[in-house]
Amino acid sequence: MGEHIVKSFDEQLVEIRAKISEMGGLAEELLSDSLKAVQERNTEIAESVIKRDKRLDALEMEVEELTTRVIALRQPMALDLRLVIAALKISATIERIGDLAKNIARRALHLSKTRTNSVTGSIVRMGRQVLGLLTEVLDAWGRRDVEAAVAVWRRDQEVDEAYNSLFREVITYMMEDAKMISIGSQLLFIAKNLERIGDHTTQVAEMIYYVEEGTPLGDDRPKGEPSGLELD
Amino acid sequence: MTVTMEHEAINRQPAGSRDVKITARGVNVRYGETHAIKDVDVDILDRAVTSFIGPSGCGKSTFLRCLNRMNDTIPICRVTGEILLDGEDIYARSVDPALLRARVGMVFQKPNPFPKSVYDNVAYGPRIHGLVAGRGETDATVERALRRAGLWEEVKDRLHQPGTGLSGGQQQRLCIARAIATEPEVLLMDEPCSALDPIATARIEELIDELRENYTIIIVTHSMQQAARVSQRTAFFHLGVMVEYGETPKIFTNPDDKRTQDYITGRFG
Repeated sequence: MGEHIVKSFDEQLVEIRAKISEMGGLAEELLSDSLKAVQERNTEIAESVIKRDKRLDALEMEVEELTTRVIALRQPMALDLRLVIAALKISATIERIGDLAKNIARRALHLSKTRTNSVTGSIVRMGRQVLGLLTEVLDAWGRRDVEAAVAVWRRDQEVDEAYNSLFREVITYMMEDAKMISIGSQLLFIAKNLERIGDHTTQVAEMIYYVEEGTPLGDDRPKGEPSGLELD
Repeated sequence: MTVTMEHEAINRQPAGSRDVKITARGVNVRYGETHAIKDVDVDILDRAVTSFIGPSGCGKSTFLRCLNRMNDTIPICRVTGEILLDGEDIYARSVDPALLRARVGMVFQKPNPFPKSVYDNVAYGPRIHGLVAGRGETDATVERALRRAGLWEEVKDRLHQPGTGLSGGQQQRLCIARAIATEPEVLLMDEPCSALDPIATARIEELIDELRENYTIIIVTHSMQQAARVSQRTAFFHLGVMVEYGETPKIFTNPDDKRTQDYITGRFG
């Protein structure tokens, strides 16, 4: 990364990398806490997630400012250019992840008056799976580890599969008891949010690959079968 | 089988399947004991802009000067290898360097108009090469060259004033007009903007972009941004070796060689 003739250029690139890592850490926290709020039906934690998401938005603005400044003042090329472009995209992606965690926290507020049930357990399990991938991809960013990034990219399929099976589980649950439709739809939205976070995680992996290898990762990522409403 | 062969035929063609104007093979240049250019092979595309970049002393200007035999004027300089212009060896005995330079024009770093009028600066080449006969034809050639160089509107009312009285940017465009007045096929530019302000530079860059419709242009530049802006292909030279040559967007976003990357990202001088 380092060794630029102009040292302050190195410093700016290091700062961009660090800001992305900071955003990532915060997004992990928000996701982890939103899951906790769902599991424990804890409104206090849910409120705190919603509040802390603002910090993520502010950090995204900071990354935007930093990268714009580097492009304007340094005219980065090759690896440096790829880093700056990727940072801009990753920060937007992490900000989205924060929004989705916030949405989950909002759903948790709705759920707070209901009792926990078996589906909640499945949701939280899926959430932990997604959180695991997010942590791994952020570590890969910190270590500039292309292999680890590609591994995360491939494993998103598992999240898609978990989502599909959860989807069926919730539908069955709602069909069994019409009173559960309200809770069930909240849970479905949470599952969808988690599935989206999984997708965003693969986008971060793609960006890591692009920075280090200079070419896009391609589009043949294994995807779980999309699940429709199987009514028949 | 047929398919494979077709693919191979396509792969042999340069990108964009354009014609090659200049081919260099195994070019070496020595100044006495100094080995300035080492085994350069390159295909320069017709009607495209190619830029040569690299740190000072890397050989990019020396190689440029091989392409119209400007190095012939340096007694201790020895050029070996093969340079073909439209398939013809420009170092063949039968080639007259003066005629070659009419086909391969050159623009230098500092604007260097002759101490003559604007008009005579442009008319000089066509006259000595016998390309124009009579006043009317010369007038037309001068106007055409000045128009192509984007200078006509600014100088049409002072054609008979000294060329040295123009601004730096105008002088450089005058030199470009002078170079294209003999209807060359190739235009070599050795840091044509390094003595100009950003506005004059932008004008020259716009001009280069227009001229590439009709000319093969090779530009040596220290400004990587300029190379990125004006050229379709870029060659990176280092220590007399052509390290990498390829499509300009590829060179500046994802070069293959670490030395290219280190240079364009400012990691070594």
